[in-house]
Amino acid sequence: MSAPMPALVEVRELAKRFDVSTPWLERVLGGRPRQIVHAVDGVSFDIARGETLALVGESGCGKSTVARLLVGLHAPSAGTIRFDGQDLVAELASPRAAALRRRLQMIFQDPYASLNPRWRVHDIVAEPLLEQGLEPDAQARRERVGGLLRAVRLDAADADKYPHQFSGGQRQRISIARALASAPEFLVCDEPTSALDVSVQAQVLNLMRDLQRERGLSYLFISHNLAVVRHVSDRVGVMYLGRLVELAPKRALFAQPRHPYTRMLLDAIPDLHLSGRARTPVQGEVPNPLAPPSGCGFHPRCPLANARCRAERPLLREDGEGVRVACHAVEEGRHTP
Amino acid sequence: MTSPLLEVRDLVVEFPRRRGGPLRALDGVSLEIGAGEILGVVGESGAGKSLTGAAVIGLLEPPGRIAAGEVRLAGERIDALPPAVLRRIRGRRIGAIFQDPLTSLNPLYTVGRQLVETIRAHLPLDAAQARDRAIALLRETGIPAPEARIDHYPHQFSGGMRQRVVIALALAAEPQLIIADEPTTALDVSVQAQVIGLLQRLSRQHGAAVLLITHDMGVIAEACDRVAVMYAGRVVEVGPVAAVIHAPSHPYTAGLMGAIPPMDGERERLQQIDGQMPRLDAIPSGCAFHPRCPRAFGRCRQERPELMEAGATQASCWLVQEAPSA
Repeated sequence: MSAPMPALVEVRELAKRFDVSTPWLERVLGGRPRQIVHAVDGVSFDIARGETLALVGESGCGKSTVARLLVGLHAPSAGTIRFDGQDLVAELASPRAAALRRRLQMIFQDPYASLNPRWRVHDIVAEPLLEQGLEPDAQARRERVGGLLRAVRLDAADADKYPHQFSGGQRQRISIARALASAPEFLVCDEPTSALDVSVQAQVLNLMRDLQRERGLSYLFISHNLAVVRHVSDRVGVMYLGRLVELAPKRALFAQPRHPYTRMLLDAIPDLHLSGRARTPVQGEVPNPLAPPSGCGFHPRCPLANARCRAERPLLREDGEGVRVACHAVEEGRHTP
Repeated sequence: MTSPLLEVRDLVVEFPRRRGGPLRALDGVSLEIGAGEILGVVGESGAGKSLTGAAVIGLLEPPGRIAAGEVRLAGERIDALPPAVLRRIRGRRIGAIFQDPLTSLNPLYTVGRQLVETIRAHLPLDAAQARDRAIALLRETGIPAPEARIDHYPHQFSGGMRQRVVIALALAAEPQLIIADEPTTALDVSVQAQVIGLLQRLSRQHGAAVLLITHDMGVIAEACDRVAVMYAGRVVEVGPVAAVIHAPSHPYTAGLMGAIPPMDGERERLQQIDGQMPRLDAIPSGCAFHPRCPRAFGRCRQERPELMEAGATQASCWLVQEAPSA
């Protein structure tokens, strides 16, 4: 996996700002300033072919915005996204957009909202084929859809049913079948199992892993659930207030978390095995992203924060093999591993 | 256990249908909770865990109704009381915490006004005393600077802080029983841990019995003393948390545990339970879990198992009798 092949996805200094100001008139009359949320603020990472990169973080950390940027659902405010060497934003705006678009697909969180209730499963799964002109022949299209449904462990005969006839887990498989229809190389999965019960979540996670093996897929996997992330990912990026605070191979991250926020997240996971391990009680909550703290965004909650953390924003820097951390305390050796 | 604070016996909840017999959503659920104890109720969507909570506090959505069984609070039956009487009991002796803190608070009133109103409805205090008590409650639930925060509106609080306000409201009249239905599901993990800690501390200090309903085994492991696992409207296993998690007797409990991605070490594939929870109008004969059970045999398809002693827990599974030494 560590071959010197260029990464499939290269993201550099990606940023997305949203204007959430009140309407113009109110702003003028009330003398209120414009309000800008830095939802994603200078994020860089690579995803290799066949690799799963997971992004974790709490609500509002910008992980879903990254997902949407990567499939072109938002335009970046700054930074670049390269997919297989091509500039994604420029390419999606060009006449060649369709050729690129079929190579990356997305799976959404809520399988109840992401499938059109008035369409039969066949039409849902066949839509990308029609849209992209990949299979003009109706009979061949039917067979392709049947094959896709079998690939996600559904029955080819399910093509004639409507979404409401399926459970949450089955619907999520239909979403996966639709995403696979154009034979993509890269799937962006935004909390694909958060709406599912655990036993069904296990079915979907196992399926996603099998499909990755069979088809050599690369995944960007967005989740707030660290246990799920640990199960599916190769590498993990931890986000906080729009920035990556730690990016590391899965084993390194779970065995030796460096950033105080990563440690706090790991400590906060309920302990299923009642081992009574020592845990630092979690302090505070994620601050309002409209008024992020100065310096390191985590400093108000961080047990290691000092004056430098309040003033100067830490950058991601190497700390051990393949591990990158944005933390002054780690850099200065102030933390106790 | 001395006489339990909450005792639910053979509770049956039905929803009448226009055609055919009524749908049985809860089918003979029995639970008990002692003072100062936290009982977890865990299960997947449709298992009937929230319905159990709603039935206990008399908040079933019509046309749902209790068709059989009884609910006793400190020995007194509360399932057949007139609505007005039950309403007083609900405010005074039972506190409820729901999943979404925003829908539990009135957005038009300050949290202080809502707290004072609740306190004065149930306790003989004047306005100033009630306000002092409200501030004390907010402080107890871990809200910083409660003297100032009491005059804020719900939208000025973050999600975790709002849930603390809801907990303060539930505690306002010092209830003996707290029903918490997915109290941490809408919260981030870091805040979830704080809220679980708070519930535990409150139940110890006030001696309140807590019925904690959740789909999250992690929360159960962390917070509860005992746990009841529900499937298709029935309790399939109940016992001390450690026993249910480490040595489950029911194949469904074992499957649930195996489906959770482990945090220690790695597993190539997660154990999966094929199929899904049956619909209420198509509950299988015998044991409702038998079509998904890897160890089902003839008797499971015909005869419904009741809860029976199974080592450290009680499980409703015929395997317990088949292999008593398991």
